Amino acid sequence: MKLLFPILAIAIVSAVVQNFAPWWSIAIVAFIISYLLRLKPGLAFLAAFLGVFILWAGVAARLDFGNDHILSTRIATLFPLKGNYWLLLLLTGVVGGLVSGLAGLSGALLRK
Amino acid sequence: MRFIAFLVSLGATIGLIYVLNHPLGPAPALGRFFDPYSGFWQNAENTSHYHDIDLQLPGLHDKVEVYFDDRLVPHIFAQNDEDLFFMQGYITARNRLWQMEVQTHSAAGRVSEIAGEKALAKDRLSRRIGLGYGAENSKAFIEKDAQSNDLVRAYCAGVNAYIKSLSPKDYPLEYKLLGYAPEEWTPLKVALLLKNMANMLSVYEFDIENTNFVSKFGADQFHYIYPERDSFTDYIIPRGTPWAFAGDSAPAAPEALPAGQKVSNVDRDLYESYDRAIEKPQELNGSNNWAVSGSKTKSGKPLLCNDPHLQLNLPSIWYEMHLSSPTMNAYGATLPGAPCVISGWNDSIAWGVTNGGRDVRDWFTVQFKDDTHNEYLLDSQWVKTEKRIEHYKVKGGKDFTDTVLYTRFGPIVFDQSYGDVKSRKYLSLKWTAHTGSNEFKTFYLLNKGHNYDNYLDALNNYSCPTQNFVFASRSGDIAIKEQGTHPLTHEFVADGSTSASDWHRVIPNEHNPMVKNPERGFVSSANQFPVDETYPYPVSHVGIYENPRAMRINHLLSDSQKMDVAYMQRMQRDNYNMIASLTLPTLLRVIDRSKLTADETEAISALEHWDYYDNADSKATVYYEAWTDVLYPLLWDEMGDPTLPMRKPNTYRTAYFLRDDSTSAFYDNLQTGERETREMLVLMSFDKAMKQLKEKYGSLDKVKDWGTYKATMVHHLSPQLDAFSRMNVYCGGNRGIINATSHDHGPSWRMIVDFGDMKGYCLYPGGESGNPGSKFYDNMVDSWAKGDYYTAKFEPKAQLDRDKLYKITFNK
Repeated sequence: MKLLFPILAIAIVSAVVQNFAPWWSIAIVAFIISYLLRLKPGLAFLAAFLGVFILWAGVAARLDFGNDHILSTRIATLFPLKGNYWLLLLLTGVVGGLVSGLAGLSGALLRK
Repeated sequence: MRFIAFLVSLGATIGLIYVLNHPLGPAPALGRFFDPYSGFWQNAENTSHYHDIDLQLPGLHDKVEVYFDDRLVPHIFAQNDEDLFFMQGYITARNRLWQMEVQTHSAAGRVSEIAGEKALAKDRLSRRIGLGYGAENSKAFIEKDAQSNDLVRAYCAGVNAYIKSLSPKDYPLEYKLLGYAPEEWTPLKVALLLKNMANMLSVYEFDIENTNFVSKFGADQFHYIYPERDSFTDYIIPRGTPWAFAGDSAPAAPEALPAGQKVSNVDRDLYESYDRAIEKPQELNGSNNWAVSGSKTKSGKPLLCNDPHLQLNLPSIWYEMHLSSPTMNAYGATLPGAPCVISGWNDSIAWGVTNGGRDVRDWFTVQFKDDTHNEYLLDSQWVKTEKRIEHYKVKGGKDFTDTVLYTRFGPIVFDQSYGDVKSRKYLSLKWTAHTGSNEFKTFYLLNKGHNYDNYLDALNNYSCPTQNFVFASRSGDIAIKEQGTHPLTHEFVADGSTSASDWHRVIPNEHNPMVKNPERGFVSSANQFPVDETYPYPVSHVGIYENPRAMRINHLLSDSQKMDVAYMQRMQRDNYNMIASLTLPTLLRVIDRSKLTADETEAISALEHWDYYDNADSKATVYYEAWTDVLYPLLWDEMGDPTLPMRKPNTYRTAYFLRDDSTSAFYDNLQTGERETREMLVLMSFDKAMKQLKEKYGSLDKVKDWGTYKATMVHHLSPQLDAFSRMNVYCGGNRGIINATSHDHGPSWRMIVDFGDMKGYCLYPGGESGNPGSKFYDNMVDSWAKGDYYTAKFEPKAQLDRDKLYKITFNK
């Protein structure tokens, strides 16, 4: 519960903000939420990472399964991940999660 | 302590965002790219949910309905022509925007804006051969014709309406990968697309190569190696067809050969630059078209077929469309970025094109007064040079400025600044593609045409690149005409110091080769020599025309009486290798079998039993191709010096050369000390080829079949994005045969029109969508490889409404 609420808060607010703001707005969301919720640094990183990881990988997976993996297989060949779309979804989540996690950590450290 | 930790963490966050927001080498900005709300994931099109859409679109005069069928082919129904072409632009951009732009960037010499420094040399070449200059002239020329101007403007407005509707998340994938944004579409870009075609298809000229050949081997060898005509050729216009005109005077005498001309070291610098930079005509490009009169068809109505062979690309070079308004109803292949249907049909007529291969450009020697290049020598006087300043924006580098010198005989391509030519004696390039012309008018009038007279009238507007326009009408006429602007050009590098060298005679349109309703009941062309010796103008010929494909086509068309669509399909799929049937018997006759190993003897035996069909499962084709791939360069090695470019005879000429000449000095290989004979060369090349096959496969009996060996591929237009290509498409076919599917060239559009039941059949190696994230990106490739045609939904609105995948209704 201690982890679930901040994860959900960061994921949901990021999802709303991303509809009109650039991709790095996820960092601002994680920063502010970690600060406001007075999260401990370790928890803040984890919650922010997981929140955006789930959001990005989830949104990507919804698009990817609707697309029968046509595009993801090609991108995963280009990058190169041997055409493995699972790895591409994982990478997508990690890229967003790392940015959000570091920002969340920063927000938590500012509070202390 | 905590605060320091905060600063470190904040710094890391900002640093990471910065890194992910900027491109890393060739990789895009990863944060933006992976963001599922605006990055590449947005290009993953849903494969099953389609629904009708209603849109408001300012700029339209009336309602337009667009039906997308099960292959995503758009069927546009507009209330007036302006809306029709506006919507053609809009819908094409919706599916092919990136491709349209990258092709015009290439013609305009602007690829370095996207790809950086490495593209600059090629960009400079595009401008120095005058493609942009020619496009500007064409744009001005088109503007003078009110009807064409309206058409082009409506098309551009449609493209721009689509571009304006986009936000960055909607950009085609390639923009996201390469990190740039689409720009406004203009009439100049439309003109550039035509010049791009001209650059691909109207470069059939070997002035420099011919000059070098004569200076090295003499005039007798020139006539011998490159004979003008032979007794086998099946001309486009059947032998003995009377000409409806006398010619403007007696035919010009054949050009005097440049006797005794020596190539100096200074020229060699120039030629080396030329050889490195100028792409010579692709022997792999070519096309077939034919029309059969009702007297030879099952239905009693004409059949018309066309399949242009070009480089196999994704997104495909053609975009299939159906354009309908109260004044026209046309269907066929369009060129993304330009209005009208290029190869197609309407309710009354059908038309298709093959390349004409006529010589429409010349190289002139031009002498400048001094290093300022302000004046050049013409008719014993110093004449002022025109200078065109070309500006280049280079991605990730400094802007670049180039000065191109223009003379009476066109732009100077190679000089001190480009190509490192040390003397002030340069070569200029004069080319019909530099002149303003309005090819769209031809296609516009064909799209709306009803009969033979409309067809002739349409063709009179057509200039470059020369095309053989085949024609058939529902009322029963068939015809073919080789149309283009044909000045009487030089066969050798011409003297630019005298105005006497200029193009003083141009063949009138009415005198271009043509035939209507010939007795034999069909017309056809396949890039062969157009006319017999009675044609009252000279036709430049040097090793350009391939005749065997036409022989095969005409044989199949003569042979059959009650032809139907199934027969036409079999013809377009025909894998018979006529060149091999002319070449191989000689090779098998002269090869010394006592020198062969057991497995080599088996390969020879496979060749002896070969039926000359290049089917996918043929192994003999592999032996034959591997053999001749080694043989030709060995045979014509005398022409391999890059400082002295020469034209190697084509496979057709080589077949007869090998058969009829047993003693030529060309058999000698310059790399060896001894003097080779034909027999030695044939054995040597076979030996070497079999060794290569053994190295590749372990042993000769493990050699894969032709379809696997050939490994046909359809390249994505950007060489860096091979992940978007289709590799190893298993199929038969070969260069120089009707089914001209080689490694990466082939039939880029196959079309059959049957006036019996007014149906069209189409096929091309790609798909309607240019988006690698769409299931319509390459969905036709496998059908194309098998030759399974689609029936075009050339249907009325009510039927399309039942057959559609979805429909967009545009309201003004």
